[in-house]
Amino acid sequence: MINRLDLKTVLDWVPEGCSVLDLGCGDGAFLQRLCNDRHVIGVGVEIDADNLISAVQKGLDVIQEDINDGLNCFPNHRFDVVMLTHALQELTHPHIALARMVQIGKQAIVSFPNFGHWFCRMHLGFTGRMPMSRAMPRNWYDTPNIHFCTVRDFEALCLELEIDIIERATIAGSGQHLLAKIWPNLFATSAVYRICRSGQ
Amino acid sequence: MKPDLSAQSVGLVTPQVAHFDTPFQLSNGATLDQHQLIFETYGELNASGTNAVLICHALSGSHHAAGIHDATEQRPGWWDLAIGPGKPIDTNRLFVVCSNNLGGCDGSTGPNTPMPGTSTPWGSQFPQPQVRDWVRSQKLLAEYLGISRWAAVVGGSLGGMQALQWAIDFPDWVEHCVALASAPGLTAQNIAFNEIARHAILSDPDFRGGNYLAQDALPVRGVALARMVGHLTYMSADGMSDRFGRELREESFSRDGDQERVFQVESYLRHQGARFSTRFDANTYVLMTRALDLFDLSEGYTNLTTALSRAEANFLLLSFSSDWRFAPQRSIEIRDALMAAGKAVTCANIQTDNGHDGFLLPHQTYERLLAEWMQRVGRS
Repeated sequence: MINRLDLKTVLDWVPEGCSVLDLGCGDGAFLQRLCNDRHVIGVGVEIDADNLISAVQKGLDVIQEDINDGLNCFPNHRFDVVMLTHALQELTHPHIALARMVQIGKQAIVSFPNFGHWFCRMHLGFTGRMPMSRAMPRNWYDTPNIHFCTVRDFEALCLELEIDIIERATIAGSGQHLLAKIWPNLFATSAVYRICRSGQ
Repeated sequence: MKPDLSAQSVGLVTPQVAHFDTPFQLSNGATLDQHQLIFETYGELNASGTNAVLICHALSGSHHAAGIHDATEQRPGWWDLAIGPGKPIDTNRLFVVCSNNLGGCDGSTGPNTPMPGTSTPWGSQFPQPQVRDWVRSQKLLAEYLGISRWAAVVGGSLGGMQALQWAIDFPDWVEHCVALASAPGLTAQNIAFNEIARHAILSDPDFRGGNYLAQDALPVRGVALARMVGHLTYMSADGMSDRFGRELREESFSRDGDQERVFQVESYLRHQGARFSTRFDANTYVLMTRALDLFDLSEGYTNLTTALSRAEANFLLLSFSSDWRFAPQRSIEIRDALMAAGKAVTCANIQTDNGHDGFLLPHQTYERLLAEWMQRVGRS
């Protein structure tokens, strides 16, 4: 059972039997799903000890590391796919992590909430305060989300980092799927990207 | 500590001895024409022989890893915390073997056992074993026990070095490898501490060039001092502050005058030193510390990655955040080499004040993680 819509897309995109590095794997539930459904060889990276134990309990191999500075331990091209789902905005240096991800993995899959969504714009525009919602319940000063970006921001960064976008999927509220496809930066609540280093 | 006779203890155990009459050559060229290993086992070997786990002991450990020898024994085996029914290394389903290393002083052939054909102890004549020699001798023991493959080889500190060496030297023998608070080799600082310990022993007049047993002497001062230095390095500064602070021993409360004031930490170290000095053989201490110094996991290979590429095991590496003797960074070196070699590895750094001793002491996260990871051992 996968509740998060971005993970359904990721599940579709991960090829059968490949090697996967899941950055911020949490309790390993999704990585386990990939192992079962896609027969991947999975490795998780997780900083929290309780999460790590839950992932180990599921029979997964997990490295306890901080994604912010722990990605150098993986050699280049070590994995077919490196995943980072809904954690980009929590990283200290998202651009460094992204650049490293497409080196470690032949491909990377990244999902993040889109701060360019009309709700965020309206909230900021009308109230003049940082947006808060059910999906973003924390105040600006105590949120782990320190690097929100928009769909256009992300694509601009990819261009700058010489990262090719192989595929993009958008997640949207009910009845807005078509709008999100046409105007993702305005109507997608979150986006999922399959990326690789340019020229690969 | 009272002996643990609860449902989670392996209970009363009796050591066994295996004799080997074929010559055993050590890395330094010396040959033992015959030797014996003392060992203990816990749990039952299954019919297919797929549940055997080898425990490798550290510097001052022995074959007595769990349970008690008799009802009067004050302390259970050195890793009773982890070995037993329902414990992380679960004897309800695993067959656990732990032997005293060759050159040890608890019943395996070593400096305190007689040279063949004489009644004189080997003393300083005992040849220097290395980690890879211990691995080969443990393999002899495995064959003696009818084991052809370990479901896991497990060890902490020097024991972890043996587990790693096993995985490289006999890849098809090791399905899982657990190295706790370990390192691919000692640092200059580590070697320096060992040298201080050896110097303390060698400069004790009662050491008699290593032949103290034949001369009815015992270098207790040297061994006690060596142990005090060693023990100090196994603890962390924060852990010591928490445990001892600046507390004085109860009977030394007076601030006025003639009575000597003794801090708890002094009293503790003296006690540890004194207890160890009569229990542990000085020559064994010298041999063990030297084996530690000489250990180099990548010896004979271009680097650590090529060495570990040979392994076929799944690895668990745990370090302890306040361990400055075998610091977390040393486990990370092993982890990165394993990762580069494309091996399966789980690696975590346990947050604790317990220092290098962390792998021997109760700690919820540590015990849970070890227990959960060990669930995958012996399942095939």
